[in-house]
Amino acid sequence: MSRADEAETVNVTVNGAEIEASPGELLIDACERAGAYIPRFCYHSRMKPVGMCRMCLVEVDTGRGAALQPSCMLPVSDGMTVETETDLTKKAQDGVLEFLLVNHPLDCPVCDKGGECPLQDQTVAFGPGESRFVEEKRHYEKPIAISDTVYLDRERCILCDRCTRFANDVAGDTLIHFMDRGNNTQVNTFPDEPFASYFSGNTVQICPVGALTAKPYRFKARPWDLEETISTAWTDSVGSRITVQSSRNEVLRLLGVDADSVNWGWLSDKERFAFEALNSEDRLGRPLVRDDDHQLVATGWGDALDRAVAALQGAAPERIAMIGGARLTNESQYAWAKLAKGVLRTDNVDSQLGDGLPVEAVLGLPRATIDDACRPGGTIILMGPDPKEELGALYLRLRHAVLEDGATLIEITPRAGGLTGLASHSLHPRPGELPALTAALVAAVNGEAVDTAGVGGGVIAAAAAALDGPVTVVLGRASLAETGESVADAAVNLSRLDDVSFLSALRRGNIHGALDAGLSPGLLPGRTTLSAGSERVGEVWPGLPESDGLDTAGILAASAEGDIDVLIVLGADPINDFVDHAAAVAGLEAAGTVIAVDLVRNDSIEAAAHIVFAAAGPTESSGTFTNLEGRVSVCEQKVTPPGTARPDWMLATELAHRLGADLGLDSPESIRAELVSVSPVHHNLIEEALAVGRIDGVLVEGNGDIAAPVSTTADVPSNDAYSLRLVSTRSMYDDGVALRHSASSRGLARGLDVRLSPTEFDKLGVKPGTIVKVESSCGQLLAPAFADSSLPAGSAHVPWSAAGSPAGSLIDAGAPFIDVRVERA
Amino acid sequence: MPTHSYVPHAPGYVDNEGPKIVTSRFGYEDSFTLERSQATGGYQALRTALDKTPAEIHSEVREATLLGRGGAGFPAGIKWGFLPPGKFPYYLVVNGDESEPGTYKDRLLMERDPHQLIEGCLITCYALGLQQCFLYVRGEMALAQERIAQALNEAYAEGYIGKNILGTEFSVDVVLTWGAGAYIVGEETALIESLEGNRGMPRLKPPYFPAAVGLYGQPTIVNNVETLSNVPWVTENGARQYKTYGSEKSPGTRMFAVSGHVKRPGVYEVEQGITTFRDLLYGDNFCQGIRDGHELKMFVPGGGSAPWFFEEQLDLPLEAGPVGAAGSMLGSGGIIVMDDTTDAVKAALRLVRFYARESCGKCTPCREGTTWEERVLQRILDGEGRPSDIEMLLDIADNISPGPYPVAADPAQDLDAIPFPPKQTTICPLGPSSVAPITSTIRRFRHEYEAKITKRDPIPVAAEKAVS
Repeated sequence: MSRADEAETVNVTVNGAEIEASPGELLIDACERAGAYIPRFCYHSRMKPVGMCRMCLVEVDTGRGAALQPSCMLPVSDGMTVETETDLTKKAQDGVLEFLLVNHPLDCPVCDKGGECPLQDQTVAFGPGESRFVEEKRHYEKPIAISDTVYLDRERCILCDRCTRFANDVAGDTLIHFMDRGNNTQVNTFPDEPFASYFSGNTVQICPVGALTAKPYRFKARPWDLEETISTAWTDSVGSRITVQSSRNEVLRLLGVDADSVNWGWLSDKERFAFEALNSEDRLGRPLVRDDDHQLVATGWGDALDRAVAALQGAAPERIAMIGGARLTNESQYAWAKLAKGVLRTDNVDSQLGDGLPVEAVLGLPRATIDDACRPGGTIILMGPDPKEELGALYLRLRHAVLEDGATLIEITPRAGGLTGLASHSLHPRPGELPALTAALVAAVNGEAVDTAGVGGGVIAAAAAALDGPVTVVLGRASLAETGESVADAAVNLSRLDDVSFLSALRRGNIHGALDAGLSPGLLPGRTTLSAGSERVGEVWPGLPESDGLDTAGILAASAEGDIDVLIVLGADPINDFVDHAAAVAGLEAAGTVIAVDLVRNDSIEAAAHIVFAAAGPTESSGTFTNLEGRVSVCEQKVTPPGTARPDWMLATELAHRLGADLGLDSPESIRAELVSVSPVHHNLIEEALAVGRIDGVLVEGNGDIAAPVSTTADVPSNDAYSLRLVSTRSMYDDGVALRHSASSRGLARGLDVRLSPTEFDKLGVKPGTIVKVESSCGQLLAPAFADSSLPAGSAHVPWSAAGSPAGSLIDAGAPFIDVRVERA
Repeated sequence: MPTHSYVPHAPGYVDNEGPKIVTSRFGYEDSFTLERSQATGGYQALRTALDKTPAEIHSEVREATLLGRGGAGFPAGIKWGFLPPGKFPYYLVVNGDESEPGTYKDRLLMERDPHQLIEGCLITCYALGLQQCFLYVRGEMALAQERIAQALNEAYAEGYIGKNILGTEFSVDVVLTWGAGAYIVGEETALIESLEGNRGMPRLKPPYFPAAVGLYGQPTIVNNVETLSNVPWVTENGARQYKTYGSEKSPGTRMFAVSGHVKRPGVYEVEQGITTFRDLLYGDNFCQGIRDGHELKMFVPGGGSAPWFFEEQLDLPLEAGPVGAAGSMLGSGGIIVMDDTTDAVKAALRLVRFYARESCGKCTPCREGTTWEERVLQRILDGEGRPSDIEMLLDIADNISPGPYPVAADPAQDLDAIPFPPKQTTICPLGPSSVAPITSTIRRFRHEYEAKITKRDPIPVAAEKAVS
């Protein structure tokens, strides 16, 4: 791509003034830069133009006489002369607006869009004063629910093709389309097929009229009553930029912000609508303690903190442990890391819940940004979870890269996913055999390819031959029934490819901030280890742990043995999130004192917590968030927390204070300053940079002191003829605590089923949907059975995300693979 | 062979004893079969073509000035030259979605002589190095689809289509597809969208000129059925022979479909350029004049989209240039004749309603404007018209098609013609097509509108004319 003319500019005359524009730039954008805003409805800078609404007609002369042209479809060319305010242009704009209003109901006073409506605004600015249309307007049933969250009012629709283009081109969910023709043209779903897209909320945001509305916001506020602040979405680790809009101290709506390096303005519905959980009636407004009848009862902060201090004071460092922390802001994570490791001197701290990766695989390999992964001409190796299910905004970026920018996608996943249709090669190795497959792939680049892990040598050779340009591995834990170590080993193999870098696909909220803050065994803040960073961090912290501690699996196992006196559960629900259900329950129940810090009561709190601190949610406290690239962006407080709930970092300082230590942290800013002082990798995270990078954030780069992982696992034996190897993946809507408390997303969690490769399904000899028994060495469940042709032979899939995470009952933490038997019930 | 009259097995076709280039087999009852085709020289032109170089065929067609018969009248030989080099594969798309009001000539060509069309496609593919041909036939034309499908099977079996055609290195596949019943897919970019499996909606040109970015983004030649049906004859007989028919600028013959108040409506193969509208409408070999006791009030010269003509345009030749300069177009070759019993407002409404119903819904001015026009016309006819409606209709028309809309000269009012084509605020000409009946009738018969608005019923029209 080194065309000589690419760097050059062209000159365009806009209303008499000459401006410079880059070749290929659309005229509508060039004019806007020149200060001549051209009205538009269908044009959206993140989608392909269609020239449908005809609102952006301007008079253009390219040397053959002036003519009306749609400026959204016209790339600039040298010597082009544009008039945006001539009588001809104005008449055309007047005419189009009058046409648009012919059938548009004037119900603005009761329309949610009224006050922020492009049709309203542009009618005032560019339209005729009144309509000459005297006939009856078009009528449709209004509104109709086209999905669980989105309503469509076809009378208001001006048929701009934005929602339909988004669904088809951007999200790839062609579930809404035009039907009928002429004046009866309307957007609708296909019969009996709802607009069940994970990205449906974006259509509401980009609708230029009030035709599409979302359930959580309908009739909740008028735009002029809303206050807003910029922030970062927290339900997954993409770090999509959002504005948080509130009225009367209640968050009412989140909108995507177009951050060029991150989400391009798009959000998954989970990111967009899960804020409802923050407004839920079940939010904790006061701390809780367990009374003598084993009931959790509200209490005052003094009582709750004193009880926590009493428990902590009596415990030896190695008998204290802390699980979780991915929900917290970077600042709160640092404060809790300093409390746990610096004051309590325990290294039994893990922010991952046994469902992630070894930290070396996340922090110790060459890192890539989303933009790196999406480079035109590059190759993306997806060796991780289905981004459509777990990292929605990243899915949209990857999809665009493959479809529009010519990136090559190679998929190494346990089964087909949202990007499979775009992958040039899909490799589905047998569970647990990722290392073998990746070794074979790397070997095939310069040599022979042999059948490996159930994947044919020809397929491996073809995938190896398709590797082109810089390679980005999107690295995560696709199946919870395999270990992170196995993925890390595979990553080590892939790191031998030329020009390769890695984009972490750990999914949970601010998990990357947690790792950067040292919330992991053996880590200290700033991507450093206990040994390498002790001198730097030790200067600032009151103390340090003596040796490397346990991870979550180790903590729960130790606790079950009676070796943990105090277990702090920092915004986590191990019963639902830890891969091994039985181990989580046993560990929580055997811990001496369980201190939970959370927003609502979750299953782990109900089952085992003795003391519960009520924490402030993401829109209720200020701080920063680190996304999967290492990009730090701000989360600003918009509303006050319920009751007396407090920001997490404040709870850490308060506990430290009562333990006789001073963390020296009195604001998010002071915490950031201390983080920068102890962490060389955070050197650019200064307040000025955050202010400048208000939209795109500040990228924290480098591996720090973390070395690349080394191979650990041994060869995986094949399963016997009677058993199947288990695959368990997540989906967007789970029965997690956030969605359980979101009114409009509740109930979207997928049901439980078991999917088998077609051969296995045929062997079973049952009809699709028949209830079967799935049994592993640690548990069993009953579920309807179906065939799934993308599963490798000899494997079975049970979704992780079904209500109650029943798959956890089959999984034994730490086992490199799980064999199950599927039998007729 | 029947002459001077309708051909019973080719309903609508009238043999006028003139030169026959594309209708030469219409007289045979079995004209659509491979046997009849081969017995009458069918596929001979393909053999001739394969003996020559592709460039020779292309230059022969260019030399013949074979004008496109779909509506725009662009020379096929020049259109063929627009293919960018080295952007394989190239496609040929045959536009058989004939649905312009008043036009039914391509249907006859497809029903009566599918092999001639297929042969034309094959020669075109050979001449231009096109790798695949898509025959897109209008959804409602069941018999045409059936006959073409049959003909394709026969031609495949005979080795005219497929791999190594007639033992040469030339290979091409021909695919038959049909529409779902939308007028708009007669527009070439909408047809391509439909062919790709999408909703038939036009694409903006540029960038989507089919020759550059066409079917599946590849360079594509889109030609009309009649255009391609001429190709075998041109190949076999040469450009020089072709140019002995018709006029210098519009050589050859052309099919016209005449409907309405003439004694003998039908499809005629006519020499272009030298025949006039008067010859065609009044000639003994042709339509034989307006039905008895009535006289011509107006006629649509080239399909429903064309601005209307009147008595004083009758002596114009059937040739694109003069007709365009006179404010209309030959378009699709559909002539609709209306005599003095016709209510101008009702006639305008009839056509406007067609365009309103057939608008694809993409461009706002067309989607909303055509229906608005229809409803205003209906309101006027219902006796609910307002005095401001006439100017409003013209202004709505101006918002769809800004600037003076093409109209014929009006000697009575001493007004000159405004030449074709019009400007448009829409992507394709469907919206502006709806303007033609309105501007044509308001300019000429404003008094009929006014009479309806002021509730003076102007019917019978003939009587009123006698008064003035």
